Amino acid sequence: MKFFTEEHLELADAIIARYPKPRSAMIPLLHLAQEQAGWITDDAMAEIAELVGTSSAEVLGTCSFYEMFKRSPVGKYVINICTTMSCALLGAGELMEHAERRLGVRAGGTTEDGMFTIEGAECQAACTEAPCLQVNYRHRYRVTSDQFDSMIEELASTNHDVPDHGVLSRIRQHIPEDRFVGAVPPEDVVSSPAWMHDEKVD
Amino acid sequence: MSDMPPSEVVITINGAEVEAHPGEMLIAAADRVGVHIPRFCYHERMSSVGMCRMCLVDVDTGRGPMLQPSCMVPVSEGMVVDSESEDTRRAQEGILEFLLVNHPLDCPVCDKGGECPLQDQTVAYGPGESRFIEEKRHYEKPIPISDLVDLDRERCILCDRCTRFADEIAGDPLIQFTERGNAMQVLTFPGEPFSSYFSGNTVQLCPVGALTAAPYRFKARPWDLEQVESTCTTCSLGCRVAVQSSRNELVRYLGVDVESVNHGWLCDKGRFNYEAVNSDDRLTTPLIRDKHDQHQLLGTDWGSALAQAAQAIQQAGPERVGIIGGSQLTNEDAYVWAKLARSVIGTDNVDAQLGDGIPADVVLGLPAATIKDACEADTVLIVGPDLKEELPILHLRLRVATKGKTSVIEIGPTATGADAYAQRSIRCRSGEAARTLLALLEGDDPLAKQLREGSVVAVVGRTSMAESATPALEVASVIRDRLPHATFLPALRRGNVRGALDMGLAPGILPGRTTIDQPSESLTDKWKIIPETTGLDTTGMLQAAASGRLDTLILLGADPLRDFPDRNLAAEAFQYATTIIAIDNFITDSVAQADVILPSTAYGEQGGTTTNIEGRISRLTPKVTPPGTVRDDWMIAAELAWRLGGDIGLGSRQEIWREIEQVAPSHAGVTVERICGPEAHEGILVEGTSIEPTLPPPQESPVIDGYGLRLVSGRKLWDAGTNISHSPSLKHLAEESTLRVHPSDLQRLGVSSGASVRVISTRTTETVVAVADESILRGTAVLPFNQPGGGANRFIDATAHVNDIRIETL
Repeated sequence: MKFFTEEHLELADAIIARYPKPRSAMIPLLHLAQEQAGWITDDAMAEIAELVGTSSAEVLGTCSFYEMFKRSPVGKYVINICTTMSCALLGAGELMEHAERRLGVRAGGTTEDGMFTIEGAECQAACTEAPCLQVNYRHRYRVTSDQFDSMIEELASTNHDVPDHGVLSRIRQHIPEDRFVGAVPPEDVVSSPAWMHDEKVD
Repeated sequence: MSDMPPSEVVITINGAEVEAHPGEMLIAAADRVGVHIPRFCYHERMSSVGMCRMCLVDVDTGRGPMLQPSCMVPVSEGMVVDSESEDTRRAQEGILEFLLVNHPLDCPVCDKGGECPLQDQTVAYGPGESRFIEEKRHYEKPIPISDLVDLDRERCILCDRCTRFADEIAGDPLIQFTERGNAMQVLTFPGEPFSSYFSGNTVQLCPVGALTAAPYRFKARPWDLEQVESTCTTCSLGCRVAVQSSRNELVRYLGVDVESVNHGWLCDKGRFNYEAVNSDDRLTTPLIRDKHDQHQLLGTDWGSALAQAAQAIQQAGPERVGIIGGSQLTNEDAYVWAKLARSVIGTDNVDAQLGDGIPADVVLGLPAATIKDACEADTVLIVGPDLKEELPILHLRLRVATKGKTSVIEIGPTATGADAYAQRSIRCRSGEAARTLLALLEGDDPLAKQLREGSVVAVVGRTSMAESATPALEVASVIRDRLPHATFLPALRRGNVRGALDMGLAPGILPGRTTIDQPSESLTDKWKIIPETTGLDTTGMLQAAASGRLDTLILLGADPLRDFPDRNLAAEAFQYATTIIAIDNFITDSVAQADVILPSTAYGEQGGTTTNIEGRISRLTPKVTPPGTVRDDWMIAAELAWRLGGDIGLGSRQEIWREIEQVAPSHAGVTVERICGPEAHEGILVEGTSIEPTLPPPQESPVIDGYGLRLVSGRKLWDAGTNISHSPSLKHLAEESTLRVHPSDLQRLGVSSGASVRVISTRTTETVVAVADESILRGTAVLPFNQPGGGANRFIDATAHVNDIRIETL
């Protein structure tokens, strides 16, 4: 069964073309799959395997290694509450308890409406701003229970700038045409690369 | 870099100075000088990964001793190694304690218990006591990861051997490490089992009991097993195996690592088809057809059965007897049968090949290559069957060789297992391989230069069972003509086919790679009578029988109805032959039609030798007692000779071999002592031939009309063959027969994929399921040769150069 949309399939081909070996495009394509569905389905892994010329098992092996690739459905907003030392000392446990009560699910669970997933997470490198959490990997610092509630309300409305889970960036990566992969034989170099003489290329 | 070969480096291991090869890993150097460093993940046939850390040793390269994994450290001049230091010992204890943290220690119910590296090394190097009192990791036990292999993740120590084998050696990366940290585990992708043809090797490689073979599970304990070293006879590659039995029943084969052939690997067919030897369906007593009821077979004694067989042979007379088969026999059996046919019966109508190979003079006469030659050649040119299906371990060796400097070029009508590693896969219509090769060599393709200037080993056989031997001969002719430096490996499949031909089981061929018109003096002396004219091959014999020119057919472990490319011709021959004598292990389609059935010993029950496609002689060792009253094939021949008024004059396999050594020019010097000596571990390569093959130049192949499709048929590893059908664990692995056609051809004919169609050939019209497959060449239809649900030989005319079929909607 085909997973990628026509548009994404085109993009997948472009991504594969950036690498000397198709297999190197596996992780970027997993991101693309997660962007499309919010999580990575078995169909997606099977199709990626076909696109990069390897076995589905190899894609599963790579995909399952990374925490941020979700292999079961998650909410539109994944909230990671830091549970490591600094945050724990400054009330991360209480924040988690509050979050669980507010959303009616245990850590690791997803609300019935498919909006929110809460997870306990390891250190998010914001110890000075404890307790902290991330919404779809966007930091919120020194979060109190009240702030958590208003954050949930804000996310439930449309008045915010957090993209859906899986979307890495709203701006697509663009590779200037003169940037090649691998070494270029000296006789093929005709001018300095665009980034040297252009002020702005992207 | 200088051109001089790098010289040895001197290192010190445990106080002794030893020489090591530059670049080799420390653990390999230690192995060579007899210092054993414990290990789990390291395997000499695979790349080092340093996963398990069990091989940590103290290494001092001038900066003081440090613990380093010896499988990841290349030797260097002046290196001082201590594998018995206090630090090493403590590291080993620590690693073992760590590996045992999650290991369930269910050794009493584990298949590996008693031969388990984890168990053994824990006893030898472990701390003796565990400090771990917490709950261990739990998983469902065991989960099947394929039809043949079960996985117990609790026992796994994550050494990466199975996953590395699947990826590096087998090329089927269907098992992988998933998750990470404490949750890391080996798994397959959901719905995609580890259905590799080589999956059984992972069971043998597993250093714990995590992977177990379904056919062997709970069958025996290692300390109850008896073992002999033998040679696999499933295909003609001759892999060395350890045959293990318990209570006189074969229970397991393990691959034995020999440099020249299999590197320790086995295919799953060769590894698990011992079940057929144990089968209750085995013939155990002679049978004869009931005189009153032609549909009935009656058990009888050997005396009556042999007398009836001898009478049928005698009544027919030498010109009207034909012997078909013999490629499943050992060399000794084949020799005695060849002697019986020529010197007692007086016929040259003998053929070990069932019309599906290439003529004996070509097999024996072409300059021979070894598997090692192929794996070291610049280019291996494959024009033959799919090696992955027919000679799996050759496929594996070539696949691994392509990681080095060897390139593989293949020419053939269908996608094969070699596509994955070939430098170029050239598709051509069946029957046109020679002209395709010629065009390649005459063109300005860089491959032509590569083939002309580098060393070349050609693996040549029939690319399809639906073509005659001629296309393969044309290919050999082009290679001989244009690439005179090329050497050949014949792609013949059946067990000891090369040995049977070496022993003279082919029309016009005498033992020792000579022809009937140039018998050696000693042969004339021993055999007395040698027919003067060349006899008929299998096709010729079946044609003669079908037209009433042959009365008695002897089937030597042959099933022409299944294996001869033209089932109709075989059926007709059986109908018109007066008497059919079958010597076999099982009642096959053909044996069921015989008048006299003589049961013979099977693999694992017989001694002797076999010869693989290289011409390498390997020893077979009997392990279990044969069932009932079955006899060795050579004994049956000797008995028949006596009843025909002759005398084979040989009383044991050793005596037979001594005579072979005397009469067969190519085998002179290959003494019984050598065969029984240590040399036999690698096998004894017999080189040289006095046969000059006759090769036809390439011809135009017939044009297909607009409605026809060229039929292509190849064998599958899992097919409806006799041994697989009688192995309970394997018989369900054979897929049902389907006709595969390119989607555009199906569309043109108005057939949807998966629909039943009427297939019309010159031989028959039958209904088959047609499936669209984009990998099939247009204008071609692919039907596997011998799958459940009907073989391709129903449609094939054995006398035709190539076979075309038509498809009609029902």
